[in-house]
Amino acid sequence: MDTLKQIRFVWKPVVFLLCLVPALLLLGDTFEITGALGANPVEEIQDRLGNWGLRFILIALAVTPLRRITGWNGLQRFRRMLGLYAFFYTLLHFLAWLFLDQGMLLSAILEDIVKRPFITIGFAALLILTAMAATSTNGMRRRLGRRWQQLHYGAYVVGILGVWHYWWQVKKDIREPLIYAVILALLLGLRLWFRYRKSSRRQRKPKHTETLETRSGKP
Amino acid sequence: MLIRKPSDIRPSEITSRDNYLNRRQFMSAGLAAGSIALAPPALTAVVPRAEFAKIPDVQNSEFSTDETPTSYDDITTYNNFWEFGTAKDDPAKHSTGFEPRPWRITVDGHAEKTGSFHFDDFMKPFDLEERIYRMRCVEAWSMIIPWVGVSLADVVKHFRPTSKAKYVAFETLHDPVRMPGQRRDVLEWPYREGLTIAEATNPLPILAVGLYGEALPNPNGAPIRLVVPWKYGFKGIKSIVRISFVEEQPQTSWNMSQPWEYGFHANVNPEVDHPRWSQARERRIGSGRFASKQPTLMFNGYGEHVAHLYKGLDLRKNY
Repeated sequence: MDTLKQIRFVWKPVVFLLCLVPALLLLGDTFEITGALGANPVEEIQDRLGNWGLRFILIALAVTPLRRITGWNGLQRFRRMLGLYAFFYTLLHFLAWLFLDQGMLLSAILEDIVKRPFITIGFAALLILTAMAATSTNGMRRRLGRRWQQLHYGAYVVGILGVWHYWWQVKKDIREPLIYAVILALLLGLRLWFRYRKSSRRQRKPKHTETLETRSGKP
Repeated sequence: MLIRKPSDIRPSEITSRDNYLNRRQFMSAGLAAGSIALAPPALTAVVPRAEFAKIPDVQNSEFSTDETPTSYDDITTYNNFWEFGTAKDDPAKHSTGFEPRPWRITVDGHAEKTGSFHFDDFMKPFDLEERIYRMRCVEAWSMIIPWVGVSLADVVKHFRPTSKAKYVAFETLHDPVRMPGQRRDVLEWPYREGLTIAEATNPLPILAVGLYGEALPNPNGAPIRLVVPWKYGFKGIKSIVRISFVEEQPQTSWNMSQPWEYGFHANVNPEVDHPRWSQARERRIGSGRFASKQPTLMFNGYGEHVAHLYKGLDLRKNY
């Protein structure tokens, strides 16, 4: 089996199932099969889904830097799935808030989205994720062309909004949101570093394009 | 599988809550009948040292709510007690080795009677009552808690504060060895709280020493903590070692930490939101996964007893 087939038929299903584990565990705990949710189950459901949403945002953002560092281009094939899982958990987090926490009380929901800044930014992040998920198919990518890339730079904004949303709702102990913030800063910082290196190399070696063409086998 | 030794099983687990409440009624009925023949028992509060030990001579209170109490497990495993960590389950996990004896309480400031007292001596002059109160946390959740305690008004009067005493200030034990949460500066230790003299002599506040008829568990602030049912839970300072009668409004921990979010008064008020969330509704712990929140009541439903304390005060500014 060649590498592409191996990724498609072995590694992708494996990663897909692994990513589903937190959701299955949550379901198991909710119905007290695998564990329990504790004294405040609604809060626990919301917190866990939100945490996994944010984790998958960071995991998806880690794909490109990891690929650049390890040189293993196969990683790129998992990016869409990981991004869709970020959307999946964030959407469930939102739905848990909507149905379990707010109980579909429309006045309270609208008031919260407008009046509470940490909910406003969380909601904004979800909207961007939704647009990205809706345009994640190959067909949409082709149709949107250059605008697709612009839209999907939204992942950086989602990362920042997500960490901010978490940070803001914590009462006082910011240790956990701080960990997420550091990881996000690292992932975005690496991108800036790659870009800086690329542009400074171009400036210093004007013949760069030429060598690249020679190397790729052109006469 | 976890198999518990018989000695691990608490009496409250064997007794169903209905039986427990029935027994309370039975006991008070018996007490009423007995009092025809016998003089009422001399009420000197004795709080047993051992965990899960029943507290004797506890009277019922007219201030108790008849709502169903939250389960013992929920009350003792879902706590904000940052002296043992900032997660809700930290106090239950990290207070197991905490020994709330020997315990001394210092009473100082503008009072005729001051000094440092052993917990048992401190408690002796007062009558123990069970008070089943609503507890509303500032984080928009609530419980019904069957406390055992003594009236704070009785305690205050016992120490005979002078006319200079305008406020009562409380402090929690500061001991990072026994309270590992204090090794991090999440708050400025020791935890501090305070009430006006008028609030402290209102009949509702108690110094709680028990829960579900047993000695107060560590996660809930053993051996003695404040309960002010019309204020947000953070006013209920735990593991108290100092009570001071002071002239100026004392500093209080959450107000020191985030004054724009937490005031000195901290009265439960559905109309004044926390800057980051609504206080209009609350989640009742134990109501289930799919239960909706319920409306929060002004002064947590204790308005008839306390609203007069705040006449003419702008509750929006004095949150």
